[in-house]
Amino acid sequence: MRRREARNVVAREPVGPYTLLRLDRGSIEPGAPGQFFMLEAPGRLLPRPMSLCLAPPGELAFLIDAIGPGTRALCALEPGDRIHVFGPLGNGFRLDVERPLLVGGGIGVAPFPYLSEVLGGPPAVLGFRTAHHAEAAALVPNAEVVIEPTLVTELVDPSCDVLACGPEPMLEAVRALAPGAQLAWEAPMACGHGGCYGCVVEIDGVLQRLCIAGPVLNAHEHKELAA
Amino acid sequence: MRLLNASGCLDALTAPEVALALDVFVTKTVTPLPRQGNPPVRIAETEHGMLNSIGLANPGIDRFLEETLPRLAELGVPLWVSVGGFDAAQYSASCARLDERPEVEALELNLSCPNVEEAAESAAEIVAACRAATSKPLWAKLSPALPQVPDVARAVAAAGADGLSLVNTIRGLALHPATGRPVLGTAVGGYSGPALKPIALAAVYACARAVDLPIVGMGGVMTGDDARDLLAVGATHIALGTVLFRDPFAPGRIRAELAGDSPRNTLTLDQASRV
Repeated sequence: MRRREARNVVAREPVGPYTLLRLDRGSIEPGAPGQFFMLEAPGRLLPRPMSLCLAPPGELAFLIDAIGPGTRALCALEPGDRIHVFGPLGNGFRLDVERPLLVGGGIGVAPFPYLSEVLGGPPAVLGFRTAHHAEAAALVPNAEVVIEPTLVTELVDPSCDVLACGPEPMLEAVRALAPGAQLAWEAPMACGHGGCYGCVVEIDGVLQRLCIAGPVLNAHEHKELAA
Repeated sequence: MRLLNASGCLDALTAPEVALALDVFVTKTVTPLPRQGNPPVRIAETEHGMLNSIGLANPGIDRFLEETLPRLAELGVPLWVSVGGFDAAQYSASCARLDERPEVEALELNLSCPNVEEAAESAAEIVAACRAATSKPLWAKLSPALPQVPDVARAVAAAGADGLSLVNTIRGLALHPATGRPVLGTAVGGYSGPALKPIALAAVYACARAVDLPIVGMGGVMTGDDARDLLAVGATHIALGTVLFRDPFAPGRIRAELAGDSPRNTLTLDQASRV
């Protein structure tokens, strides 16, 4: 069941250009891999949606890319600071897969350490912009890494049960290769509980809230709006 | 004093625990026909608030009455339905159909959504048409962007409104720092959050002096003190909007803060008006 609690920052660790933010768990459940949490971003009005990266005993850990004022505030948190955490939210990955293959790009690898742990360390193919970004691959066991201009889709075996998370062009390419894939999407989100209608994406021809219908969708369900 | 949500800021079906902490649940605005709403991007955080450009996404009155309303009624929270339209006939037709539904306690007329074209008729004409269509209490939700909000308040009171909901969002725009282009798909959206509070206070203050109607005060309420300020200038009830995005459990917190000790607990309307 989802809860909202003020939790302590336990540690902040650099992972390549990203930040792994570790919080004490309190009574908050980690949920299923691919589910997300709304993290209070100090000094900002709205919390930020983040999928869970790792669930060590007593902790919740999030891999964050500091790309704007909210994520920068989260990445600047110090041990002992407290932020409100609300979750777990949304639908995670289905785990009834026979031959899982994790396919990730950039900060999209964030949910994979926890997903890999739950699935028993399946193979993963991860793509990054630079070798520095690729340091995040160390969090994912059995990972094969490619750096641009090589694309992760060159390594995808479409006969596998693909579970993917990454930038939209990567997800579109994965969907074209593996129509049965599970894809984790992202969208700007104010609340995470279905109230704001801000995070809609087109699913089966209808605009639906990603926080309720997703963020993990079956590849055939989701058709991105034309830009 | 009753604690409500601002229309369009909470879905009681996806967050029932939040709706159950309120005295009244106000639905997202229902229009005669289904609306997909505006294309993404639909929300943008700004320095002192947020913009939305949802565009009255809703299933339409038919599906609302058939599917949504029975499920909402199961929650057991008193229900107000927010009614929208594009002319007075559309508003009054929806009111007539809602009039038949005992699950509905009252109707709020959304006369001021900043994300759709304004209805051709005036607020008072719409209220008069709805008054003829229903005996349920009618709350007129007004925009603070009107040049003379108290004049509109008097006009809707004369047309048969039972109360006022003050205020809706005001139009705003944000640019993406990297591209210099508008963040929202529609460029302009409704501005809400802490920045709206002084605007809401001014509207409630002026309307409370203009008409003898109860007022649901809303706009930038983040804390019990914010709610207390709106009550001090004449609000009867309080609605929570953007704060529910930040903290879905704000209703319980704000209720406790309102009940707690504060120097402003003893401030009367007259005292507040001299500040």
